[in-house]
Amino acid sequence: MGNFITERMRVCATTGLTVDLDAQRFIKLNAVFGVVSLLIGAIAAYLLALTRWEAVALLDPIDYYKYISLHGLNMLIFWILFMEMAILYFCASTLLNSRNFSRALGYGQFGLMLIGWATVNFSVLSGRASVMMTSYVPLKAEQEFYLGMLLFAVGALLGVINFFGGVYIARRDRTYKGSMPLVVFGALAAAIIAVFTIVHGAIALIPAWLWSLGALEKAPDPGWYRLIWWGLGHASQQINVCAHVAVWYLLATLTVGAKPINQTVCRVAFVLYIMFINLASAHHLLVDPGVGAPWKMWNTSYALYLAVMASMIHGFTVPASIEVAQRKKGIGGLFGWLTKAPWKDPGFSAMFLSLLIFGFGGGITGVTLGTHQINIIAHNTLRIPGHFHMTVAGGTALAFMGLAYYVVPLIFQREYPLRALARVQPYIFGGGIVIMAVGMTLAGSMGVPRRHPDIDFTGARIAVDMGGATPFLAMLGIGGLIAATGAVIFAALTAYAAFFGKSNKGRAMTSWQTPEQDRMTKNLLTTAWNPAEGKLKTTGTVVLTLIFLASFVVYYFANWKALADVWYVK
Amino acid sequence: MTTPTEAEKPLTEPEDTPVHWLQRFMDNPWLLLMLGFFVPFFSYTVWGWVELLLVKKAELP
Repeated sequence: MGNFITERMRVCATTGLTVDLDAQRFIKLNAVFGVVSLLIGAIAAYLLALTRWEAVALLDPIDYYKYISLHGLNMLIFWILFMEMAILYFCASTLLNSRNFSRALGYGQFGLMLIGWATVNFSVLSGRASVMMTSYVPLKAEQEFYLGMLLFAVGALLGVINFFGGVYIARRDRTYKGSMPLVVFGALAAAIIAVFTIVHGAIALIPAWLWSLGALEKAPDPGWYRLIWWGLGHASQQINVCAHVAVWYLLATLTVGAKPINQTVCRVAFVLYIMFINLASAHHLLVDPGVGAPWKMWNTSYALYLAVMASMIHGFTVPASIEVAQRKKGIGGLFGWLTKAPWKDPGFSAMFLSLLIFGFGGGITGVTLGTHQINIIAHNTLRIPGHFHMTVAGGTALAFMGLAYYVVPLIFQREYPLRALARVQPYIFGGGIVIMAVGMTLAGSMGVPRRHPDIDFTGARIAVDMGGATPFLAMLGIGGLIAATGAVIFAALTAYAAFFGKSNKGRAMTSWQTPEQDRMTKNLLTTAWNPAEGKLKTTGTVVLTLIFLASFVVYYFANWKALADVWYVK
Repeated sequence: MTTPTEAEKPLTEPEDTPVHWLQRFMDNPWLLLMLGFFVPFFSYTVWGWVELLLVKKAELP
């Protein structure tokens, strides 16, 4: 079946899966620099939280824009994309029972991304590129910033090509039967979206780079730049969505032995992502004058709602598969499957918290803020970072943290130290993100702008009174500090485990679960069973779904009411 | 010979079973790659770019 080269493979003592040693090397390299990026972003997060908390106001504006650039780039681009590269290597090799496609492409991918990463971070930290992640022209950074971004993007493209090469040889050599596994299908969706993303990055950043070099006299047109740049900026976050949904399915299997109830439905949801989710980039241009209402409404509503439906499908099928697996173990009651879940396993808790924060927080706010009419009262306020911290940090980053609690023991073959601290880390990070994002959302509802170090305009001749937002900004600051601490704990534990953790070579990883939970999960993983069999109900998930839909309706129509309050129509 | 129960049925179909067109579509990564690139490229990028090109130059009063 497999097409491995004998001297470049090993068999995992825990899962029994074959691991290609080339792929393992690239998984390790990418994961390490992903975690380093997370650490840099988390340190910057401390400074930013203590600045947006106006009672503290730590940084002056110059440093604020430097560190918000550092934070945004490391958290939204570097940490996430390095981790996604690691996921692509894992999916195209171990899960497809196939070897890594090309070692040269692997080194090219990692080398270019590393050079790009170092160049951009140097440029930002030396104060030469305080242009924030968006780098809107005519705001100009020094040329090495754009070059570094381009090198990083080309490296990521090589990683994606290597993934497609892996899919090609696995299909050619028939290393798997039937359709590719669902988790790999999710990674495929992420890789396809990455192609769109990287092409747009090149179209936007090459002219900006030439302009910063002086080769172009005029800056690219700002309206055009924003259109193309968001094909990079938002689409890159859609890679995250596909990747973290794939991680949800993987962790549901590893932690409770779950199987998707209906694979076709899950795959159709990924296809809807592939075709429609990138239209969401239009959200960022909802108040731009250059593009018209039909373009805005089609791209943010009619077509995009197909991708929203896909998220709701995954939001149902993942917990439903967990509920069915738990019921198969004999656990009864409406929510017994949840209360008796392995909440002390950081892989499970991170996955389920990620699902809840992404769905209830990020999803509901995202669809509401993306509505053309409502967007006018929310655009460029703190509500926007409130939304995306619940999708990217509470959703993607938390899911990737949960993944790391299995990747380090299985791929690095080393155990985590301080396991009690690792067990509470997802709660610290997730809890901090929720407090911070709620603070941001409430402050934004009062008109507090995003991307601004001093909303009171201290010393200005016309004073601005944002006093009512003070408690919410304190929530932002305190939540931000808690979340950053959660991220630092994760980075420190993971870095220690990866390099100095106790080796588990030749034996199974130490389980995160109680012996009874571990035994029942392994039983499910090693026996053939059908999750669609009639007696296994999903009543608890249906109740959760109804609560979700009710929350959605309340929040959505409350926003229409808020719009009506500021836009009085006789 | 007894009929297998729902739980005992194999989860994978025999290789000669006809594959549904939707499954064949989803099993084709290259077709999905084309759709995943060109659907948003035309809907978001090309349409938006054309709209920007059609914006009339603002005249000073």
